[in-house]
Amino acid sequence: MRAFLRVVQPGLLTTVQDLGRWGWQSHGVPVAGAMDPYAHRLANALVGNSPNAATLEITLAGPLLECEDTRVIAITGAEFAVEVNDEPVPMNAPIVVAKGAPIRFKKRRRGARAYLAVDGGIDVPPLLGSRSTHVGARMGGHAGRALRAGDALPLSAPRTRPHPSGRFEVSPVLANDVTTLRIIPGPHGHYFESSVMDALTSSPYVLEPQSDRMGFRLRGVEIKPIAAAEMISQATIAGALQIPPSGQPILLMADRQTAGGYPILGSVISADVGRAAQLAPGDRISFSPCTRKEALAALLAVERRLLRLEERVSS
Amino acid sequence: MEIVQAGDSTVFVRFEDRVDVEVNRRVVALASRIDSMQVRGVRDVVPAYASIAIHFDPLRTDFEALIQVIESKARERASRQAEDGSPVSIPVCYDPECGPDLADVASRAGLSEREVIALHADRPYRVFMVGFLPGFAYLGLIDERIAAPRLSTPRLRVARGSVGIAGRQTGIYPVESPGGWRIIGRTPVSLFDVSRSQPSLFSAGDLVMFHAIDRSEFERLQATAR
Repeated sequence: MRAFLRVVQPGLLTTVQDLGRWGWQSHGVPVAGAMDPYAHRLANALVGNSPNAATLEITLAGPLLECEDTRVIAITGAEFAVEVNDEPVPMNAPIVVAKGAPIRFKKRRRGARAYLAVDGGIDVPPLLGSRSTHVGARMGGHAGRALRAGDALPLSAPRTRPHPSGRFEVSPVLANDVTTLRIIPGPHGHYFESSVMDALTSSPYVLEPQSDRMGFRLRGVEIKPIAAAEMISQATIAGALQIPPSGQPILLMADRQTAGGYPILGSVISADVGRAAQLAPGDRISFSPCTRKEALAALLAVERRLLRLEERVSS
Repeated sequence: MEIVQAGDSTVFVRFEDRVDVEVNRRVVALASRIDSMQVRGVRDVVPAYASIAIHFDPLRTDFEALIQVIESKARERASRQAEDGSPVSIPVCYDPECGPDLADVASRAGLSEREVIALHADRPYRVFMVGFLPGFAYLGLIDERIAAPRLSTPRLRVARGSVGIAGRQTGIYPVESPGGWRIIGRTPVSLFDVSRSQPSLFSAGDLVMFHAIDRSEFERLQATAR
């Protein structure tokens, strides 16, 4: 018997996401996926789902949901006050939610994007191998769009193993407070003066209101290329800092276009991409240069932490 | 051929940095050979005009392993190239509402709008790559007289079906999206449809030709396309 997660109120921007739709960028299909993949994976680990099970990505103002089944859920990422049946429940912990009990997101305290995982995973039909939603292209997730009041999301059957109780300590790296992002310079450094990294790292940038899942528009120290060169279009990179002729950088995020013609000054390391996802308009970013070796070490550290949690939950 | 790292999870293979049919043929062929190897840890192989991006999981493979794959595939003799097919004909309405930058492109070129349309339409263009959004085909090369740079600040919204110019490239926005190309017209044709067995209308190597239609024809075709 199929159980559904019902959307009573959708919140500001709630979408179904997994770890992204890889393998189709040569057709122009963007990757999409959870903006904070670490919080997404943590939520899945806490309820015993595999890392790529679909969760809800919840942005800035959260939803009111009801589940037709008694299920274990977990909420990670941005810190929200959440109530189930009008009782506060903790973040970053598996929570048993009785059939029909309202799950209500209230005040957001920190960060921008939270992830809600349900034991079994959200079972919308996969599109080109992924359940991620790309709202701009109207692809994937639930009907290719953000959730609305009245939507009913099918759930996969829950796993049969017993769930561990208690809270799991979440390392500060997985929490959402940090505004320093490490970047690897390049690959279009030759379009800029050699002092450009000094300029970029000299003072913080502010996220402009037009920042969204496609990219963050930043305002701060102007970065100008040496000549107003038109680059021929090439593939984009996750976390890339693109410099349009206006000199105000654009940080490419999950829904980024697959190719572009603005030079890329550097890209945010994979380990820091999730932290970027916790920023909202008005927040500030400081950039700090990083080597590839340091980037890999950081990624390994995050991965080890996640694997340890995934093992603890399944033991 | 140059192999360059970008970020911690992408490798670029770069050829001569220009928009050129022969360069692009090599790019498309090499990308296809690398992609068909299905290398462990490679998430995506993305060809462009004169480069290939290989996106990988740095926890499962590394730059050194990928250099070897790229160099070995590049050394292989290209298999016999497929012939370019006959051009696909695409109707475009070049009205001011459909093409808000047409007047600007004309004035930059020192030509009338009619002359710009005559130079844009009725000639075959190669699909150099599909990218930016699902089904967005980068076409070229347009006549130098009507080439124009991207907008210095991209528009937050470009209408679906908009036909644009960026340098000597031309292309069609398959859905509404942000965009920096100069918009000179609009087509009612659907560029990408997941319900089709081949979702993207175009692939790299195809030929495309635009022909002008008037506003009422555009409205009629758009209504039947829904």
